[in-house]
Amino acid sequence: MNFSEVFKLSSLLCKFSPDGKYLASCVQYRLVVRDVNTLQILQLYTCLDQIQHIEWSADSLFILCAMYKRGLVQVWSLEQPEWHCKIDEGSAGLVASCWSPDGRHILNTTEFHLRITVWSLCTKSVSYIKYPKACLQGITFTRDGRYMALAERRDCKDYVSIFVCSDWQLLRHFDTDTQDLTGIEWAPNGCVLAVWDTCLEYKILLYSLDGRLLSAYSAYEWSLGIKSVAWSPSSQFLAVGSYDGKVRILNHVTWKMITEFGHPATINNPKTVVYKEAQKSPQLGLGCLSFPPPGAGAGPLPSSESKYEIASVPVSLQTLKPVTDRANPKIGIGMLAFSPDSYFLATRNDNTPNAVWVWDIQKLRLFAVLEQLSPVRTFQWDPQQPRLAICTGGSRLYLWSPAGCMSVQVPGEGDFAVLSLCWHLSGDSMALLSKDHVCLCFLETEAAVSTACRQLGGHT
Amino acid sequence: MGDWMTVTDRGLSSESKSISQYTSEIKMSPSSLYSQQVLCSSIPLSKNVHSFFSAFCTEDNIEQSVSYLDQELTTFGFPSLYEESKGKETKRELNIVAVLNCMNELLVLQRKNLLAQENVETQNLKLGSDMDHLQSCYSKLKEQLETSRREMIGLQERDRQLQCKNRNLHQLLKNEKDEVQKLQNIIASRATQYNHDMKRKEREYNKLKERLHQLVMNKKDKKIAMDILNYVGRADGKRGSWRTGKTEARNEDEMYKILLNDYEYRQKQILMENAELKKVLQQMKKEMISLLSPQKKKPRERVDDSTGTVISDVEEDAGELSRESMWDLSCETVREQLTNSIRKQWRILKSHVEKLDNQVSKVHLEGFNDEDVISRQDHEQETEKLELEIQQCKEMIKTQQQLLQQQLATACDDDTTSLLRDCYLLEEKERLKEEWSLFKEQKKNFERERRSFTEAAIRLGLERKAFEEERASWLKQQFLNMTTFDHQNSENVKLFSAFSGSSDRDNLTVHSRQPQKKPHSVSNGSPVCMSKLTKSLPASPSTSDFCQTRSCISEHSSINVLNITPEEIKPNQVGGECTNQKWSVASRPGSQEGCYSGCSLTYTNSHVEKDDLP
Repeated sequence: MNFSEVFKLSSLLCKFSPDGKYLASCVQYRLVVRDVNTLQILQLYTCLDQIQHIEWSADSLFILCAMYKRGLVQVWSLEQPEWHCKIDEGSAGLVASCWSPDGRHILNTTEFHLRITVWSLCTKSVSYIKYPKACLQGITFTRDGRYMALAERRDCKDYVSIFVCSDWQLLRHFDTDTQDLTGIEWAPNGCVLAVWDTCLEYKILLYSLDGRLLSAYSAYEWSLGIKSVAWSPSSQFLAVGSYDGKVRILNHVTWKMITEFGHPATINNPKTVVYKEAQKSPQLGLGCLSFPPPGAGAGPLPSSESKYEIASVPVSLQTLKPVTDRANPKIGIGMLAFSPDSYFLATRNDNTPNAVWVWDIQKLRLFAVLEQLSPVRTFQWDPQQPRLAICTGGSRLYLWSPAGCMSVQVPGEGDFAVLSLCWHLSGDSMALLSKDHVCLCFLETEAAVSTACRQLGGHT
Repeated sequence: MGDWMTVTDRGLSSESKSISQYTSEIKMSPSSLYSQQVLCSSIPLSKNVHSFFSAFCTEDNIEQSVSYLDQELTTFGFPSLYEESKGKETKRELNIVAVLNCMNELLVLQRKNLLAQENVETQNLKLGSDMDHLQSCYSKLKEQLETSRREMIGLQERDRQLQCKNRNLHQLLKNEKDEVQKLQNIIASRATQYNHDMKRKEREYNKLKERLHQLVMNKKDKKIAMDILNYVGRADGKRGSWRTGKTEARNEDEMYKILLNDYEYRQKQILMENAELKKVLQQMKKEMISLLSPQKKKPRERVDDSTGTVISDVEEDAGELSRESMWDLSCETVREQLTNSIRKQWRILKSHVEKLDNQVSKVHLEGFNDEDVISRQDHEQETEKLELEIQQCKEMIKTQQQLLQQQLATACDDDTTSLLRDCYLLEEKERLKEEWSLFKEQKKNFERERRSFTEAAIRLGLERKAFEEERASWLKQQFLNMTTFDHQNSENVKLFSAFSGSSDRDNLTVHSRQPQKKPHSVSNGSPVCMSKLTKSLPASPSTSDFCQTRSCISEHSSINVLNITPEEIKPNQVGGECTNQKWSVASRPGSQEGCYSGCSLTYTNSHVEKDDLP
């Protein structure tokens, strides 16, 4: 495992291009585009204000930089550096901006969700979509980029509109049987739309592309409901995480629940491997003090070492006592992600924030639990294989695969607090983001890795 | 008790009677009491009487006493003591015979009375003890009654308390239920109120929004604009088209096409799955038939009529169904037959296996007492015996040798004696030599016998081994047959179906996932745990190769849905994966703690097991 040098970054804005060739990162009002392999700066664009959001177009030709405070969007072309485009939303304001899947249209949401403006880069045409709903996940595109589903709110009722992305024609418009729709998400095959209700009510509805209600599912009543939803990449399963600390898996044939994954505070099943991160303070012997250990030349010695230990069941996990009289209590399944092969599901229960649960979907059972020393910030699956990268806001990167688990110290001056990470689509590298730096981590072929490991032996 | 009472009464009455008699006698004639006393009162009484009174009859009053006695006796119904007087004037004569008779009768009566009294007394005693017993019984029972009454009261009290408690609990439950109901109502009302408020707020909000919209959007905001250097071409290179009814229709068409494709795709998946399952069933059936039919031919095996018919019927079915065309029939037509026949066969198989199990256990119980097996003990005994004999013989020979040597030595020592004994010695030597040769021969014989025995033992051992092997192979065969069915029957099939249910693609991913789990270069296993680990993490080139082959396969199979080629390819690949996987288990850090290795071993995918089938 190799690490690049660190680059400056602001607001955690750093993204790989969809084709995997470039890396865009923002430093205040500047946008830097680098080559992924050489990490040399290819382009440097200067925006009008501090950038708050960036997004690559699907064909990796354009980058959108949004400055919400100023109500501005600037678009840059990679092929023609002199080309520029500036969209000003004026007094209407701007709260969200995104590309349409064809990479030639930009959808801007105005303040108060008054409307969505669809700007075209090809023609002068501007389309408006009225009444978008202000919710967590109100716009979703099918993976093939053909259709867009949009949550709307009119006359205190929820509607979903399905648009054809090629000409922004309304294909279907139907009301949904929800109190207060919170999110919509297409299945990866683009034929089923999952619609879920506000957290006050457990309700998830499944609509066909043509607007037919396929099924509705509700696990219980009178309690906080759905917190997170994820489709398996194969579109076979829909995982629904809820405030009761359970994940329910629905199947794509009957849309009924297959199984229920509880997240108990103690793990008793001996078949489950529980990896516990353990911190070892370096032994401060006299000899150690006078002679720094070899191999530590790359950076300063970390204050302590951490490694995974396999805990023997029963293991009890650290749990938080949630404050129930506040909004958004820290309970329930807040994060859910299927591995790219649909074989594993990683979850985080928010009242055991240090633990990541990995479920075996084929056997429908708990496969492994990773208990970190600090709360898990994010985790992301390798796009190519079942390999999970986890960061906890510390200076370590954690990787899990069915073969095992490891923690790697990010080298560099001072502590590189990894707040977020994103994989390159090849699965060979990933970007680790700290508050104001970015660092690339290369997971290379076996030979390279083994030499790297020998070098890093002291750190892990 | 009543009896007893009456008895005492009788006794009392008789006593009182006698007393009254006595008093009357005294009253009547105190002077003539003596004779009376002697005749009828009891002995102790008479004694007493004697002590107080002088005799009843004296010289002076014989006449009176006799007449008195006569009177008394006649009143008691005895014959008169006097003779019948012939004349009025004549003095009546005392009839001695009558007197004696009377006395005798009186004595008899007395004895009888005494006996009766005795009887009565004993009865009295008996009855008294009976009464005591009954009284004690009575008191005991009374006590029991008392205690049980007390207990009953206690229980009643407890019952009452419990009932009270129960009532309280019921009340509490009811209260709780009410509370729950109330709370639910509150929640519901709050929810409705909240919704109502929300709606109100939202309406207001909408109004404001509308207002804002008008304010912001309607006046021509110069600022809302796009400043672009030049318009770029569309990603697909086409030009934008106008929105018309045509495009709308086209969009609809496309949408339905997509949906249709999806449904078709899913149908294909389901068909494939069905075919797969049918195949499995078919195979299972065939194997069952092949397993069960030879058994039928065995003369030893007692085949029931029912099983026989089932098998033959099954074979007919198999003949019909083995035709490929049957697979393409819809499930409903084939299902019934197939499932029924398989169920039947399964039952037969099960009973058969059970029978076999019983037999096996019986064999185990019987141990090695069977024909060819018994001889081992005997053989051992025999060899022991023989060895003992040989030992004895050897000892004998040794002693003889010793004796011989002694004799020879003595002979050498003393010449004179040797000379003297020479003649004897020679004779003896000759004899000994003869004996020696005899012994040698005997020894040889023994040796031969022993050799033959050991040979026999070796032969037996070999035979035994062969027998064991045969048995093991037979058991293995049996077990293998069973396990193949197990695999087919197990939930794995279900699981597999759940997975393969939707997508070819998914199948592919599931398969391709396996190689990724395992490191390919474990053989150089460096001691650093982490290096092993990281090695396993990146995708190895072979993995991608595998993926490619997989994708080829998947293309292939998507073209020809019911083609079996993927199945044919799978086993060896999967086998390779399997071995790799074992390596991965060894390499993972978890395997330091041995118990966890089982965990990753469970990886062995259902496909693997399935595809291993011939």
